[in-house]
Amino acid sequence: MTNSSGRAEKLSSSAGSIVFDADVLVLGGGPAGTWAAISAAEHGARVVLADKGFCGTSGATAAAGTGVWYVDPVPERREAAMASREKLGGYLQDRRWMARVLDQTYAQSNQLAEWGYPYPADEDGKPQRNSLQGPEYMRLMRKRTKQAGVTILDHSPALELLVDGNGVVAGAAGLRRQKGDRWAVNAKAVVIATGGCAFLSKTLGSNVLTGDGYLLAAEAGAEFTSMEFSNAYAISPAFGSVTKTLFYSWASFTDEQGSVIPGASSKGGRSVIARALRKGPVYAQLDQAQAETQRHMRASQPNFFLPFDRTGIDPFTERFPITLRLEGTVRGTGGLRIVDDSCATTVPGLYAAGDAATRELICGGFTGSGSHNAAWAMSSGYWAGQGAAEFARQLGTTIGRQAFRRGTVGLRSGSGQPMHGGALARSVQDEVFPYELNYFREAGRLGDSLRRLDGLWSEASNAAASDEQELLRAREAAAMLATARWMYRSALARQESRGMHRRDDYPEPDDRYLHLVTTGGLDDVWTSARPLVSAQYSEAAE
Amino acid sequence: MIELIVAERCTDCGACIEVCPANVLDPGRDGLPILARVEDCQTCFMCELYCRADAIYVAPDCDRRVSVSKDEVLASGRLGQYRKHSGWDEWAEHFPNEQWLMEAVFRRAAEAAAQPKARKPGVTGQK
Repeated sequence: MTNSSGRAEKLSSSAGSIVFDADVLVLGGGPAGTWAAISAAEHGARVVLADKGFCGTSGATAAAGTGVWYVDPVPERREAAMASREKLGGYLQDRRWMARVLDQTYAQSNQLAEWGYPYPADEDGKPQRNSLQGPEYMRLMRKRTKQAGVTILDHSPALELLVDGNGVVAGAAGLRRQKGDRWAVNAKAVVIATGGCAFLSKTLGSNVLTGDGYLLAAEAGAEFTSMEFSNAYAISPAFGSVTKTLFYSWASFTDEQGSVIPGASSKGGRSVIARALRKGPVYAQLDQAQAETQRHMRASQPNFFLPFDRTGIDPFTERFPITLRLEGTVRGTGGLRIVDDSCATTVPGLYAAGDAATRELICGGFTGSGSHNAAWAMSSGYWAGQGAAEFARQLGTTIGRQAFRRGTVGLRSGSGQPMHGGALARSVQDEVFPYELNYFREAGRLGDSLRRLDGLWSEASNAAASDEQELLRAREAAAMLATARWMYRSALARQESRGMHRRDDYPEPDDRYLHLVTTGGLDDVWTSARPLVSAQYSEAAE
Repeated sequence: MIELIVAERCTDCGACIEVCPANVLDPGRDGLPILARVEDCQTCFMCELYCRADAIYVAPDCDRRVSVSKDEVLASGRLGQYRKHSGWDEWAEHFPNEQWLMEAVFRRAAEAAAQPKARKPGVTGQK
């Protein structure tokens, strides 16, 4: 357990930087990052956690409410919980991982109750632990992280990893936005918990999630997997940020003239909505929700109604324009490839958790709801923190170890061309937002898009941010660009439709692709096929 | 996006500057926070939730600036609405956490999806 002398040590200030010495550095302060930090501290490590925004409000969970894949340890219920997801996910899951995530999530949810999370009870007095209010949950997680002795750096985005002469991760460096200076942490292990990439689409709470952790991990040589499962789109009012696609289960969808759009549905009919949106505006009205359901919706998700109440629209009795916002890998299942039970990546000393890591192990090629991602964040965070602490312990002393900066794009002047993060980000959005490119995929269109994206990368990789203010935007845009290229290269490699990945030119699943797609690289993006560990289970389930 | 901080209500506690995940606000010279980078606002409403003075108004539009009338917002009762309905601080007893109702909502959604859609429009919304 932690003690007060176990805090990470502030070393010195030099060249406008504050320098810390720690055993474990956690990048990202959402659910996965806070669980990782607490877990590492509980396993004896001195821990620093750096969040791009504010640990407690930052990320997709804090701003929303989320279900949690919390299932009582009754064998039949566990079996049903696992089986129910396999078809959706395209039979790419791993039963062993599903079982251990269910166990771990159950334990950690009960831990949250002991820590004072106000889980409600139902009418019969039974505690309800299968959902969490994001703001309340993350406020508690910040408190517990501090109590565990973790040093939290808020508004401190990481820019690059540090590695030693043997390629072992040795820390990271970044900006302190509100202090106007820089930080560096010398650490024996690093956990990437920076979330996925939603491409600045304004889907609720996700604009801090630009794939920053992917980029800096890739610069150290990390690999990715399932990046083709990255095209989740959520329904929101056309003007608003609040995405809660579930509530549209009670919607009717109409076109400009008010005619019902045949087949349009929040579940199983979202592609119809996407096609209709290419032709013109689409409207929704939640006219199939009865009074009691309406009351439950309002009581359980107060933020859903903010955009409506504030525009004077009653969503139950009036129709309103909707759009589909790209959630990218935040609700996709792609991410950093993890290679063992401690959530280690392919880079020594580097661990991954939460949406930054792949969720293919429990979700295969489809998530669809937040509950699995929330369960994964808790579980993988706990394991990654433990794994990182153990790695740090085994490494022993690192006095005298040299650390090298691994950041590339945007950070080093090459040709001297200035890099404009805002403009680059918009160019990437032009390739990943359009439904005809990303929702409905096809070899020719993907190939054309990749050529444009590769061209953008060639330019960006020789450019540098014009000034300190631009640095963060430049790195965010570069991370989005790298993510888009891994996504589309992987999407080209999977010549079938499976999970959320749908190909117009290959509309059916094809058993020859019952494998996982690994990808990586920055200047040259590559892909390769990896066999399923759980192939025998998958076949049995089919 | 965040469009208004009501000066008379603001206690200059600095919470909004600290908690904004997108670093939209800066401390101002006269005490009031400044909306320094509204274009970075992601419309997540977290600043409202953490503002115990109910001084902040986030307009629902997340893609463009809109003009907001302070008098209208003050009269609308929307200031502090999210904090209240979330049961934070002094509202904990009055608006308890009812997130668990999502379970019932999920179940009904699944039932609705399983049944062929009987279109029966015009269910009146009761708030």
